[in-house]
Amino acid sequence: MSPTSTPIAAPSAVSDEPVTVARETPAWMITTLSVVCVIGAWEFFGRGVDPIFGSYPSAIAAAGWDLLKSGLLGRALWQSMQAFLVGYGLSIIVGVPLGLLIGRSRTLEAAIGVFITAAYAMPLVALVPFLVLLLGLGFAVKASVVFLMAVFPIVINTWLGVRAVPKTLIEVGKSFVASDFTILRRIVLPATIPYIMAGIKLAVGRAVVAMVIAEFFTAISGLGGIIINSANNFDTARMFVPVIVLMVLATLLNGLVGWIERRVAPWQTEMSGRDGG
Amino acid sequence: MSTNQVSFTDVSKVFALRVDNQVQKISALKSVSFEVGQSEIVTLIGPSGCGKTTALRILMGLETASRGNVMVAGKMVKGCGYDRGLVFQHAELLPWLTALQNIMFGLELKGMRGAELKDTAMRYLDLVGLKDAANRRPYQLSGGMKQRVGIARALAIDPEVLLMDEPFGALDAQTRESLQGELLEIQARTKKTIVFVTHDLDEAVLLADRIIVMRGGSVQEIIKVDLPRPRGDLGTLRGSKEFAETRYVVWKALHNANEQRH
Repeated sequence: MSPTSTPIAAPSAVSDEPVTVARETPAWMITTLSVVCVIGAWEFFGRGVDPIFGSYPSAIAAAGWDLLKSGLLGRALWQSMQAFLVGYGLSIIVGVPLGLLIGRSRTLEAAIGVFITAAYAMPLVALVPFLVLLLGLGFAVKASVVFLMAVFPIVINTWLGVRAVPKTLIEVGKSFVASDFTILRRIVLPATIPYIMAGIKLAVGRAVVAMVIAEFFTAISGLGGIIINSANNFDTARMFVPVIVLMVLATLLNGLVGWIERRVAPWQTEMSGRDGG
Repeated sequence: MSTNQVSFTDVSKVFALRVDNQVQKISALKSVSFEVGQSEIVTLIGPSGCGKTTALRILMGLETASRGNVMVAGKMVKGCGYDRGLVFQHAELLPWLTALQNIMFGLELKGMRGAELKDTAMRYLDLVGLKDAANRRPYQLSGGMKQRVGIARALAIDPEVLLMDEPFGALDAQTRESLQGELLEIQARTKKTIVFVTHDLDEAVLLADRIIVMRGGSVQEIIKVDLPRPRGDLGTLRGSKEFAETRYVVWKALHNANEQRH
């Protein structure tokens, strides 16, 4: 006897059965609520503290408004941003190619990898006076301090990213007779973008800290200048203004880098898409 | 046989493996010799570790032979070249490029530019039936579609020999069967010489003109497949007596290979 089979009609793929699509609270709403709660709590508890030792949001806002009106805040922000942008920009321009090369070359990795790793842990605060000796008190030293703080996380992340590129993708390049440079530019670089972006994001925070440190140690100027002058006058509310401005700035820059990442590497967000965002 | 597209002569490959501070020499291939004729499909089959993938990688130029000669289209193999196109086990499309751009990638490296570049890539995408998916990125393609793009990418540079490394191994049975059929159709149209590595017995018989059974780094047996070409409907072929007989012959050879191994 031969085996028999009974065909059964397949059900339609389009279903009219009721489904509930889960509605989730958007992430930005959660973030806003969280920020409002923290500021609210600070305002509530901060009012009880001596104004020399602490401050609270409404007092900081008032001090901020005064600083803004006098034009001092705008000027200081612009001074700080110049050094920040030059140092941070340079760290990307230098850090990414350097990381790519170290990751691809066994010799370079062995020769300078150790310096990069060591320099990442460098206590930069201690070195600022030395840099002042070399570069003076002006713009150059500020930009250099920002650069030195920001460049190493970028190099290290890029380097790690290159090491994580699957060997088979490199072989795709080889199988089409691509030169080493072409493989670097057209396979390794795009494959490493998520790591590079993570490094650039890490560097934002470090670069902001570096900028303030540089302004403390060198010619008192910029946002760091306002911090140190206000602290010396026991004007705590005023001191908090640039601190808050810097925190907001770093958060915005992080968001900007994330936005750029989604633009230049859309496949990455799609591939690693998290449920519910 | 008039012209041999591929000839593997007395090829050996020894890997150095470091185990507990001692260098062990692993013999992956032991004087392997075989030929592949113009427009022939040859499958390499055998248990894992038998050297079939190593042989293919040497043929591609991704590995170098420790001894012996490898010739493709009358030229000695030295590194990779446009006379060979490789289809990877898991397609290995570049995730940041669209299906079309993935095919253009190889063509660009070969030096093609301008309108010809896009037209050629589109023609090969059409050949594998994916014209409508040109602008999709790999994560938007199913496993079978990815491998179709992989095949188109390798074919587009118009190689003398198409090398395929277990390309359908990771696909589900239905997709695998339809791709086997499509590969045969494409081969009938393009007359490409194909070297196909697989561990799937049915696949080896369905596709091949000759099957090379490998064991422990050497060629165990070369079996000629006497099925009509073109193969026609693969479903009908699978049910035929001739298919069953050939399959049995290869099965026995593989079985022998395994027995001598253990």
